[in-house]
Amino acid sequence: MSVPRWSKYGIRFGVLFYLAALLVFPVLMIFVRTFEDGLTESFEAVTSEAGLAALKLTLITVAIAVPLNTVFGVTAALVLVRQKFRGKAILNTLIDIPFAISPVVIGLALILLYGPREGIVGEWFFDQGIRIIFSTPGIVIACMFVSLPFVVREVVPVLQEIGDEQEQAASTLGANWWQTFWRVTLPAIRWGVTYGVVLSTARVLGEFGAVSVVSGRISGQTETLPLFVRKQFEIFNDGGGYAASMVLAVIALLTLVFMNLINTRKEV
Amino acid sequence: MSGATAQAETLPRPAFRPRLGSALLSRGLVTTYLSIMVLIPIVALILKSFEGGLAGFWDAVTQPQSLEALRVTVFIALIVTVINCIVGTAIAWVLVRDEFPGKRLLNSLIDLPFALPTIVAGITLLALYGNDSPIGIDIAYTSTAVAMALLFVTLPFVVRAVQPTLIELDQDMEEAAASLGASSMTIFRKIVLPNLRPAILAGAALAFARAIGEFGSLVLLAGNTQIASIYIFAKIESGDTEGAAAVSVVLLVAAVVILLAIGRFARRGLPV
Amino acid sequence: MGIKVEHVSKDFEDFKALDDISLEVPDGSLTALLGPSGSGKSTLLRLIAGLEHADGGKVYLDGRDVTEMSVQERGIGFVFQHYAAFKHMTVRDNIAFGLAIRKTPKDKIRSRVKELIRLVQLNGMAHRYPSQLSGGQRQRMALARALAAEPKLLLLDEPFGALDAKVRKELREWLRKLHDEVHVTTIFVTHDQEEAMDVAEQIVVMNEGRIEQVGEPKELYEHPKTEFVMSFVGEVNRFGDALIRPHDLDLALFKSDGAEEAMIERVSHLGFEVRVELSMANGDHAWAQVTRAQAEELELEEGQIIFARPSRAKVFENGDGPPTAPTDELQVA
Repeated sequence: MSVPRWSKYGIRFGVLFYLAALLVFPVLMIFVRTFEDGLTESFEAVTSEAGLAALKLTLITVAIAVPLNTVFGVTAALVLVRQKFRGKAILNTLIDIPFAISPVVIGLALILLYGPREGIVGEWFFDQGIRIIFSTPGIVIACMFVSLPFVVREVVPVLQEIGDEQEQAASTLGANWWQTFWRVTLPAIRWGVTYGVVLSTARVLGEFGAVSVVSGRISGQTETLPLFVRKQFEIFNDGGGYAASMVLAVIALLTLVFMNLINTRKEV
Repeated sequence: MSGATAQAETLPRPAFRPRLGSALLSRGLVTTYLSIMVLIPIVALILKSFEGGLAGFWDAVTQPQSLEALRVTVFIALIVTVINCIVGTAIAWVLVRDEFPGKRLLNSLIDLPFALPTIVAGITLLALYGNDSPIGIDIAYTSTAVAMALLFVTLPFVVRAVQPTLIELDQDMEEAAASLGASSMTIFRKIVLPNLRPAILAGAALAFARAIGEFGSLVLLAGNTQIASIYIFAKIESGDTEGAAAVSVVLLVAAVVILLAIGRFARRGLPV
Repeated sequence: MGIKVEHVSKDFEDFKALDDISLEVPDGSLTALLGPSGSGKSTLLRLIAGLEHADGGKVYLDGRDVTEMSVQERGIGFVFQHYAAFKHMTVRDNIAFGLAIRKTPKDKIRSRVKELIRLVQLNGMAHRYPSQLSGGQRQRMALARALAAEPKLLLLDEPFGALDAKVRKELREWLRKLHDEVHVTTIFVTHDQEEAMDVAEQIVVMNEGRIEQVGEPKELYEHPKTEFVMSFVGEVNRFGDALIRPHDLDLALFKSDGAEEAMIERVSHLGFEVRVELSMANGDHAWAQVTRAQAEELELEEGQIIFARPSRAKVFENGDGPPTAPTDELQVA
């Protein structure tokens, strides 16, 4: 479209200003604040016992939630794209629900199911000596819930695009379904899967609302990194809060770099 | 007289299916996982909200504070969505049609709100626009701050929905309109916008859904602004899970309605 | 591998793709399934392959009932219209796929792949990816892949449909030669009658889910059993009920028995062949195919009045009734 030059520049600078004010400068401020208090002091909080415990719990959560959701996501995408059955629309909507509802509502739903006092099945677990809410399992489940759709949503369009001809070709060559999946389908969707995994990981690392509700926020025990960040500001240890935020922001920026790399690979 | 050449065969044919056993097994596994992970917790939530019967539910929702929280949340979310539609489309336009150094970097920055933990998003805004703001703008604990945080976390939705559509949009149409004498404003209104509308609406719906449920980025900067998610959280903390569940169900219904609405737009190319 | 198809039917929702089809294909033959889109030819091929399953009827390979057998168990080679190349594998790995699946020893795979690469003339391209090949090369790779595990039956679904005219012709010739060398029973689907006539030993003409006629190319052209076959296999002029091939319409400067007056509307020189478009006295339009020598002899020009006389014509009753004997009479309604 041939746009008058002044309006083209106008739109460009408007957009740049908006993104600078909303995104770039606020994120840069995290780094400024972390460094202005002096590095050592800030990072004392991060490397404190509670900080390291939060980091460990966060990593455990990622290690459980992401692989499970990846296996589920690839299977669900195959079911949605390659099979025809009744109730597919319902399945589709259910998969998207975690994206659409508030993390706090997700946390509440989990308490009402697994909570030791009011949970429908929570009491039974409690009697078996299994703590779900206010404990690691609850945090993991909450993170699985919120990150459930990412892999499915990344893989579905890729599967649609590659079609099923390569799979048919593999079967005419004698491959059974597992061989077809492993040698043909999975390599073809690998970048879509990777992209979904990266997004899930970022989401699990940063999940706050649902985890806040189910964790009980016990320092050193049920605190993930985002909860730890909030705690630091609540106890007026702003320096520690900014330092922990910076760690998370750096992870986010690395994630972006990674997403970019995958996008370039996907185009090949 | 008739020639003997026909068009290439383009009949639709049903998808090639694996053997029935594995198909049923995978479908069963997917359904079970979804039921345990998503469906059953949501059923538990709905059951709780109606524990006091329809009247109990109604009472909880129509409490002045609940109504106020829902009203404020929807109001701010609507404003944020409208701004997203306009600015998001402009950003997508700049990323697709404009050329300047650093465009690629800018393009990858758009996803930052998806990658950044929400609590950190709130802190970044507080650091720049909070009470010790280096530029002297202090909006902490106001609804302006809430709106800003929501703009931050919903930024990618409209941009990422519109971008692919704009890339695929045939510039021939615009050139044709220009050759017929249309001004660039007319071309935008009559040619570009109608083609982008489904994508903008789909992105807007996702942004709105995200905005009405957002919690993490608001928790430190909302102050006294009554936001639905913060209100629900406070109710949970104070032990009123029934009241919390009732307001939650209202948000849930809104979410499902939005999801179904998006289903009517083109799904492909949408951000997650 | 001899193939027998008995009373096979297949519906896609409310569309009848195949309607009670019976067919026999002799061992070692090269057969074309020819028909317009929607005629059911691809469905029939996929059914023989085991990629589709019949709603009714039986499929026999070498006398064995394979109706319920999966595609993997049938041991066939299949070539897809759009190649279905494994995009993430090199040419070599694509070709080796069927052998690797069968846990063939490595050195055997290597020598077989080498042999096939030579056969399909992809020398030096073993380590390229499909995206680095031209359409014709991709299709040759797909053929090699289908042949690698030495199937007794090779099925090709519009194998040259996505290629441009020149490459198509080359591959056509090449497929015929390949069949002479390898002698595997081969069936290919096409909507291009010239391709079918050029390559196949036997042609199965299909229309609306049914077989219209089976025969050698010459037989179909000379003795079509139905109006559909006559008009699909070659070009025709229609005069009332009679169908006349353009080259069976003799042009002369003087009136003779059975000749009709016509005005030349247009003369197109297509090299050896000259296309003469005619407007008949009764207003019908027709065209005659003459050689360049004939055209020069008659000094054909636009606007000229000429006499057209069919040397052969056919009349089919109700389109699918029994054919009548060729007639020398031009019937104008």
